[in-house]
Amino acid sequence: MDFHVVENRHIHELYSLLILKPAEGTLPELMPGQFVQVSIDNSKTTFLRRPISINYVDRQNNQLWLLVRKAGEGTRALCEKSARDTVNLLLPLGNAFSMPGQGASVLLVGGGVGVAPMLFWGAELKRLGFRPEFLLGARSANDILELDEFTGIGKVYVSTEDGSLGETGLITANTILSRHTDFIYCCGPAPMMKAVAKKAREVGATCEVSLENMMACGLGACLCCVENTVKGNVCVCTEGPVFNINELTWQD
Amino acid sequence: MARLEVKIGDLSFKNPVLTASGTFGYGLEFSDFIDLNRLGGFVVKGTTLHHREGNPYPRMAETPSGMLNAVGLQNKGVDYFIENIYPDIKDIDSNIIVNVSGATISDYVAVCEKLNELDRIKAIEVNISCPNVKQGGMAFGTTCEGAAEVARAVRKAYSKTVIVKLSPNVTDIVSIAKAVENEGVDSLSLINTLLGMAIDVERRRPCLSTITGGLSGPAVRPVAVRMVWQVAHAVNIPVIGLGGIMDGRDALEFMLAGATAVEVGTANFVDPAVTMKIIDYMDDYCNRHGIEDINDIIGII
Repeated sequence: MDFHVVENRHIHELYSLLILKPAEGTLPELMPGQFVQVSIDNSKTTFLRRPISINYVDRQNNQLWLLVRKAGEGTRALCEKSARDTVNLLLPLGNAFSMPGQGASVLLVGGGVGVAPMLFWGAELKRLGFRPEFLLGARSANDILELDEFTGIGKVYVSTEDGSLGETGLITANTILSRHTDFIYCCGPAPMMKAVAKKAREVGATCEVSLENMMACGLGACLCCVENTVKGNVCVCTEGPVFNINELTWQD
Repeated sequence: MARLEVKIGDLSFKNPVLTASGTFGYGLEFSDFIDLNRLGGFVVKGTTLHHREGNPYPRMAETPSGMLNAVGLQNKGVDYFIENIYPDIKDIDSNIIVNVSGATISDYVAVCEKLNELDRIKAIEVNISCPNVKQGGMAFGTTCEGAAEVARAVRKAYSKTVIVKLSPNVTDIVSIAKAVENEGVDSLSLINTLLGMAIDVERRRPCLSTITGGLSGPAVRPVAVRMVWQVAHAVNIPVIGLGGIMDGRDALEFMLAGATAVEVGTANFVDPAVTMKIIDYMDDYCNRHGIEDINDIIGII
């Protein structure tokens, strides 16, 4: 499906927020936690699509937000797209976050670009009557992405490694993780998610994580993005990207 | 409309466009994007006698115009295929080809005997060239004796069309092609991936868990075209060409070099509908060049 770039917000030297609109028609049904495969046509050395999680869906304006980290050649080229450029997306791909039980307390944890799926999920939870809280972490205050958007949805806790905002230290050391929460959703670098999963077990929270294993196809065909689970190697693109931590082999 | 039908052994293909094993799952993964019935054929994921978990993650690394993979033949085994997948794909109106792998000759034979019973599987592609498994795989495909030994055993065990997939990781692919042809197989497909390696310089670690892996994508195409050209002119059985085909032009390059049909692999990851575009391009190409039958251009280089 072709999309036009409505705006490329260069929100940080390492990140771009791409606001996209379908070239024709309206957005298909999209669920928080799902991702898209973006075709990169302006890179000299890469040719595979890049899996990017859905950051936000603005139904009113028929717009899809993608928060992209300049991780390598492909994503750098994607971040150079400007208004009126076209990008081709395969969507929607993957599963979604599970709905918490009625009245459950929910904490959405995002590290670095891992905040991306939490905005859409937080907004959806709020719309459904939950009171989502967020824990965001990064190196420095300047690296906490979309803080205003998160603040508009619910209470935001912050950890920065240099102490320039919120608690000082790693996100996984934030005191909020020691408080009981019914449901924790988490996305970020693998070591961070493993540490959050451990905390979740300690406080008796149900915990889901969104994995970002490297992918080629995104359709369950190439078997490159596998995660080792209690059921063996499964494709993150089709069985995930969202997994309950009990499905993963992170028990240590 | 040009005539696009081609034959491999006794088997007719409505057009020369097939998909490559390991890049197309079991076909159904792509049914939202294409009409599977339009494909000349599709080769399903490499199937072994027993369930295989494959190699640990990471299994993939993108390199300039190419990708390395080290999946390691993850699949649930031939019995699972027969019971759970075959019933869902058997009514697709295309040639369904199963790619067969084994660690030992008796593994290959056992899988072939089971597949021989399936009406709708009209051909097998024998993988003697997987670079990502410790036993068997490429080891058979890198010597004339090893390749011939598998071909002979499979020929006896399977009564329908047998295609043997050759490894490019050899000194002289023509001698291996001839050794396999001598065992009475129907066709050869080439090339499997080229053995490659990439290193993450910042982390000072190999990009793949297995250190080395198989390179595919447009980066390998000139090597593949050269090998298809050499082999197609040296053997008397039809050759199926593959290696980095991204569009219709690339597919025709293989056919001019001598391929009777082509397999599209890595390109499916970039554009899941690419096979349909390649079929349309072939038709358009023939019309543009006044070619009534695509067979007339096979191997004219």
